[in-house]
Amino acid sequence: MNKLAGNGRRFRLFGLRKKHDERDVQDEYQLLTVRQLMIRKFLRNRMALLSFIALVIIYLVTLLAGFFAPYTARDADSKLTYSPPMAIRLQDPETGHFHLPFFYPLRGKRNMETFQLEYVEERAKRIPIQFFVRGEPYLALGVIAWDVHLFGSSDPAERLHIMGSDVRGRDLFSRIIYGGQVSLSVGIFGVLITIAVGSVIGTLSGYYGGVFDNVVQRVIETIRSFPQLPLWMALAAAIPPQWPPEWVYAGIVVVLAFINWTGLSREARGLVLSLKERDYVHAAEASGASTARIVRVHLIPNMASHIIVTATLAVPVTILGESALSFLGIGVRPPMVSWGLLLNDAIKIQNIVLYPWTLFPGLFILVAVIAYNFLGDGLRDMVDPFSR
Amino acid sequence: MTPTEAVGADVILEVRDLRLHFPIKAGLLKKTVGYVKAVDGVSFSVYAGETLGLVGESGSGKTTIGRCIVRLYKPTTGIMRFRTKAGLVNIAELDKRELQPIRRDIQMLFQDPNSSLNARMRVGDIIAEPLDIHAIGTAAERRTRVEDLLEHVGLGAEMYNRFPHQLSGGQRQRVGVARALSIEPRLVICDEPVSALDVSVQAQVLNLLSDLQEELGLTYVFIAHDLSVVEYISDRVMVMYLGKLMETAPTRKIFERPTHPYTEALLNSIPKRIRGGHRKRYVLAGDIPSPVNPPSGCVFHTRCQYAKDICKTETPPLQPLPDDPETSVACHLAEEVTLQPYYTAEERRVLEADRA
Ligand SMILES: Nc1ncnc2c1ncn2[C@@H]1O[C@H](COP(=O)(O)OP(=O)(O)OP(=O)(O)O)[C@@H](O)[C@H]1O
Ligand SMILES: [Mg+2]
Repeated sequence: MNKLAGNGRRFRLFGLRKKHDERDVQDEYQLLTVRQLMIRKFLRNRMALLSFIALVIIYLVTLLAGFFAPYTARDADSKLTYSPPMAIRLQDPETGHFHLPFFYPLRGKRNMETFQLEYVEERAKRIPIQFFVRGEPYLALGVIAWDVHLFGSSDPAERLHIMGSDVRGRDLFSRIIYGGQVSLSVGIFGVLITIAVGSVIGTLSGYYGGVFDNVVQRVIETIRSFPQLPLWMALAAAIPPQWPPEWVYAGIVVVLAFINWTGLSREARGLVLSLKERDYVHAAEASGASTARIVRVHLIPNMASHIIVTATLAVPVTILGESALSFLGIGVRPPMVSWGLLLNDAIKIQNIVLYPWTLFPGLFILVAVIAYNFLGDGLRDMVDPFSR
Repeated sequence: MTPTEAVGADVILEVRDLRLHFPIKAGLLKKTVGYVKAVDGVSFSVYAGETLGLVGESGSGKTTIGRCIVRLYKPTTGIMRFRTKAGLVNIAELDKRELQPIRRDIQMLFQDPNSSLNARMRVGDIIAEPLDIHAIGTAAERRTRVEDLLEHVGLGAEMYNRFPHQLSGGQRQRVGVARALSIEPRLVICDEPVSALDVSVQAQVLNLLSDLQEELGLTYVFIAHDLSVVEYISDRVMVMYLGKLMETAPTRKIFERPTHPYTEALLNSIPKRIRGGHRKRYVLAGDIPSPVNPPSGCVFHTRCQYAKDICKTETPPLQPLPDDPETSVACHLAEEVTLQPYYTAEERRVLEADRA
């Protein structure tokens, strides 16, 4: 066979086909700016988009906890301890008639054999659920005094617990919303510290190398050689018990960031090591650019998206960390509420059997953690908008 | 010898005995266990307005020389005298601050426009970067200058707000050219500026470079890994092997009368393009040796088909030929062996006639 001719023909064909197929894609691709390409990439990842929306909603709800929660976190009713979730009904089970949303109040009765309080619905009393109901006063966003809640029982004497109540008769749903303020903000603040410390140290040690880098790397290796949870526990246990709850909260944030910054710092260092050998950095250096300029103009913009991805994926780790510590009783302390702390009610096996609704906070942890992970994945795709 | 002595007035850069040995560090304590002798005692002059080709196989140290000249690297030893308005300055010794004014005069053009342009910056900002760094002109003046440059390199001012990914490879390299020229340098180190481009646009970029040279009176050091690229653009060619110069000669002489066996080997590796031409190809055997432990004597002796005993023990100095001071060669056998030219003077005439 004539090998040369064969090759020649294939080469020509290949060239033609390439031109044809790539034209439309190419043109559109070339018209978009980097940011547009990134946004388009992100929107293509459905799970990430969905997770993003879910997280926005969850954060909004916790931010406006007073409005969305029917009760405050401390509002107790000793007649309704460990009440099960109450059903929201539209239909009268006896007559079959439809009504606006309503519920039947629960009445506790002591079972004389097991000595458990057992709840039965009082069918005689239909209590409508009211939207924008006036109830407990609260401070919206911490400043505006208000008493309107999104929904609630129309009768202040008959309380509505859609996710049940705890040992002191406090509404679990409301407590979960307030707990989210702590659990979710620990994630954000912890990661902000992680970014600030990790990226600065990582960038410096990658850019300058030498003794500083060596010392930093050994420190990081030492911190990382401990298993994460026990180290967190040891550090959290060192927080003085007499501290006020706000300090403990800050302490927990710092403890959680203490391990996370090492991962981010390594990421930043690796990025800098690779970016500083790019020719555009060399070109800037050959033109006499200062180190500050190179970091600001060339390194940070090219690192930012990677850092954001790593940080996003560090948020769920931090949330889980806080939950674990609080669950074990060495995290945030009452009267603060957090999801981990609420889950502490389910620490005893008989409670899970008798009051399974005490596991609801775990569901929220799960949703938040999964959503952050999907979001992180979506952002990761977005980081390199030029790959298709 | 005082610094100004013995340097002709037409010399823009005079390099003497340049060495760059990269330390090899190993172990936990990062002890230096050896050196990569990337550039090992190189001397040459660059004349104002010329294009000096620098050719050699991969790993021979071409980029390292270029990066020493633009002072991305500080040479281990050696002198690099650069002609400024205030006379000759040894740029090998200057510190970061002292280099600042010199950097306006020497720029580098990089091989791969994909990695030499920051994907997050707009074309206009990329080209204006050197102006920005040296705080030249107002923002409006800079913009006008960049738009002029864009027109000059054949892109058009409307490219100002584009991002690199929105351009083709050839267009990107034109942006690289515009950036290198934006602060009006006098010396440009072109490090394989067309190797990463499609064959069809290589010629365009080379033409652009030579047009700009004529127009702006630039001096180029043009790095390439094979002789065919430098043939058209260079006035003189330096052939480099394993950190050392093997031969320096006017381009025409390199092709018509190579004097170093390595030059002959490089010529042999380019297909002949003369009418009906046909040549027996002698392909260089083996790989380039490691620059960590370069061979004794002449570094090329391990691959040289003419090597004799003296080549293994004594390092030949780079010296002018007795009958031709324009050509310098580092070979013990330069006057003994006759090497095969790429084409004879006769063939060259035919070729030129064809091209015209
Ligand atoms: N920063 C560095 N540190 C250590 N060794 C280096 C460094 N840069 C280059 N070298 C080594 O120096 C030698 C010369 O490299 P250089 O890049 O100058 O070669 P080159 O002639 O430009 O090759 P190419 O044609 O592949 O670009 C090589 O052996 C290379 O591995
Ligand atoms: Mg090179």
